[in-house]
Amino acid sequence: MTANPTPQPSFSGEHRSPARAALNRWKAGVGLAVMPHPSAETKASAKVSLQGISLSYKANGGTHLLALEDINLKVNPGEFVCVVGPSGCGKSTLLHLIAGLQQPSSGKVLIDDKAVEGPGTDRILIFQELGLFPWLTVGGNVEFGMKMKGISKAERQEKIQYYLRLVHLGKFKDSYIHQLSGGMRQRVALARALASEPDVLLMDEPFAALDAQTRDLLHDELERIWAETGRTIIFVTHNVREAVRLGDRVVLFTFRPGRVKREFLIGLPRPRHLEDVAVAKTAREILDDLREEINRSLEAEYSHEAVR
Amino acid sequence: MKRFARYLVFYSALIGIWFLLAKLKVWPPYVFPTPQGVLESLWAGFSDHSFWIAIGVSMKRMLLGYSLSVILGMVLGLGVASNKFLEQTVGGLLVSLQSLPSICWLPLAVLWFGLTEKAILFVVVMGSLLSVTIAMETGRQQMPKIYGMAGRNLGARGFPLFWYVLLPASLPYIVSGLKQGWAFAWRSLISGEMIFVSLGLGQMLMMGRDLNDMSLVIAVMILIVAIGYIVDGLVFRTIERRLQQKWGLTPAT
Repeated sequence: MTANPTPQPSFSGEHRSPARAALNRWKAGVGLAVMPHPSAETKASAKVSLQGISLSYKANGGTHLLALEDINLKVNPGEFVCVVGPSGCGKSTLLHLIAGLQQPSSGKVLIDDKAVEGPGTDRILIFQELGLFPWLTVGGNVEFGMKMKGISKAERQEKIQYYLRLVHLGKFKDSYIHQLSGGMRQRVALARALASEPDVLLMDEPFAALDAQTRDLLHDELERIWAETGRTIIFVTHNVREAVRLGDRVVLFTFRPGRVKREFLIGLPRPRHLEDVAVAKTAREILDDLREEINRSLEAEYSHEAVR
Repeated sequence: MKRFARYLVFYSALIGIWFLLAKLKVWPPYVFPTPQGVLESLWAGFSDHSFWIAIGVSMKRMLLGYSLSVILGMVLGLGVASNKFLEQTVGGLLVSLQSLPSICWLPLAVLWFGLTEKAILFVVVMGSLLSVTIAMETGRQQMPKIYGMAGRNLGARGFPLFWYVLLPASLPYIVSGLKQGWAFAWRSLISGEMIFVSLGLGQMLMMGRDLNDMSLVIAVMILIVAIGYIVDGLVFRTIERRLQQKWGLTPAT
C-alpha cells in the first residue's frame, strides 16, 4: 500500500472533468447535485496531491495504531475541498501532514508535483486552537509570517492594513488577542494565514467553537475571500452542513483508521446559505453515509469506557 | 476597603498582644522587646543613616548576584532543555541539588574566596541559580506546543523561531521562576551577610545580637520582610499577573 499513481476510472466515463459533469447534470436538472466522485482525477497539475498516505502511531504498550490508511486525494488549484468524518478519524492529522509539521509513515504529499519535506509558507494551516501569539498585537500577528519571509517593513505595514480590512478588522490593528471575541480571533487567524500569501490554505475545524450567528457570518466572509483571492482551500470539519455550504467537493473519511470512504461533488450554485433546502438535502445524504462511521466511533468509545 | 479593615483589625490585635506581653514583663526586655523599642530602633536606624547604608549595600549585592544567576541560569536552563540527554542527567542533578540550602555553600565559598564580597556573591548565585535554571527548563517544556507549531507553520525556524516565538511563549513560566529565584537569592544573601562584618542587613542582625539589642534585631527583621514583600509581592506579582492575563493563562477580569 504505497503510492498509487494509476488513475482510477472516471465515474462518468464520457466526461473528462467530473466537476463539469456534475455541473452540467445539475443545470439540466438531471439527477442529484451530489454524486460520488472518483478519488483520483485524470487531469494532471493538481495543486495538492496525496499519494498513498498512511500514518501509524506507536501507542502505549508498543502496539501500532493506524491513524490514516492509504489516502489518495487530489485537489485542483483554486478548489475548495471539505473533509468530513467523525472525531478521531485523523482528519486534523492529515492537515498537519500537508503542512509538513508531521511526516507520514508511508506515501507522499505533493504540492505542484513537488514532494513536501517540511513546513513551507506555500501552505498555511489555521489550527483548531488558532495558536495566535498573545504577546503580539493583532497587527503583529498578521505581520509575523511576512517578517519571517523577510518582506520590507513598508510593504508589511501596507499588507497588514489590506488583510485586516479584508477580514473586517481594520480598526483592531493595535489590540491584543485577549481583548478580542472568539469570532474576531478567528478572523485574525485567517488574516495571519492569508498575509503569508500561501497557495493552499489548510483549515482545521476553524469555526467549531463559535456561536451560530458568528459562524454564518464567517462562512460568508470565507467564501467571499476565497472567491477574491483564488486560494486552494482544504477545510476539515465534522459538520456536514458546513462542508456542503462551503465546499466544491466533500470528502468523507472513515473512522479509525482514516480512509477516504466516498467523495461528493457539490454542484450547488454560490453563494449558498446554511439554511438552503438544497444544502440541507445534500447534507442529509452525506450524513446517512457518515452515520455509520459515527456509530463506529461511538461504539469504540463506549467499549473503551467499559474496559476502564 | 473591607480588606483593609480586616488587615487593620488583625495587625492591631497582633501588636496589642505583643504590647501586653511586653508590659506584663513575662520575659526581660533584652529577650523580648517592646513595640515602642522596635519603633525607636527603626527611627534611630533611619535617622543616623545606618539602615539606609545597610539596605544600599545589600541591594547592590543582590542586584549583582541575582543578575549573574539570571544570565547563567538562562543559558544553563536552555542548554539543558535543548537536549534530551542533558535533560535527564544534568536536569536531575539540578533538581536534587535544589534541596540543598544555599548556606551550605558558605564553608566552600569562604575557603575559596576568603571572607570577601565574592564569598557572599557566590552564596547568592548558588541560592538562585538553580531555581532560575529549572524555571527556564520547565518553561520550555510546559509552554503550549501550538505556538512552536504555529511559528514553524508561518516560516520561522532556527534562531528567529527561538527569539520571536519560543522565548516569548514561555515568558510567563520564566517570570515565575525569576520570582522564585529572587526569593531564594534574598534569603541566601541575608544568611551570607551574617557571617562576617559586611555592612549589609544580615550583619545588622548580628550586630543586634552582639549588642544584646533585641529591638534592633526585630527592626531589621521587619525591614527584611518589608523589602522582600515589596519586591516579590508588588513588582513580581504585578508583572506575573499582567503576563498571565495577556497570555490568556487566567481569565481576564
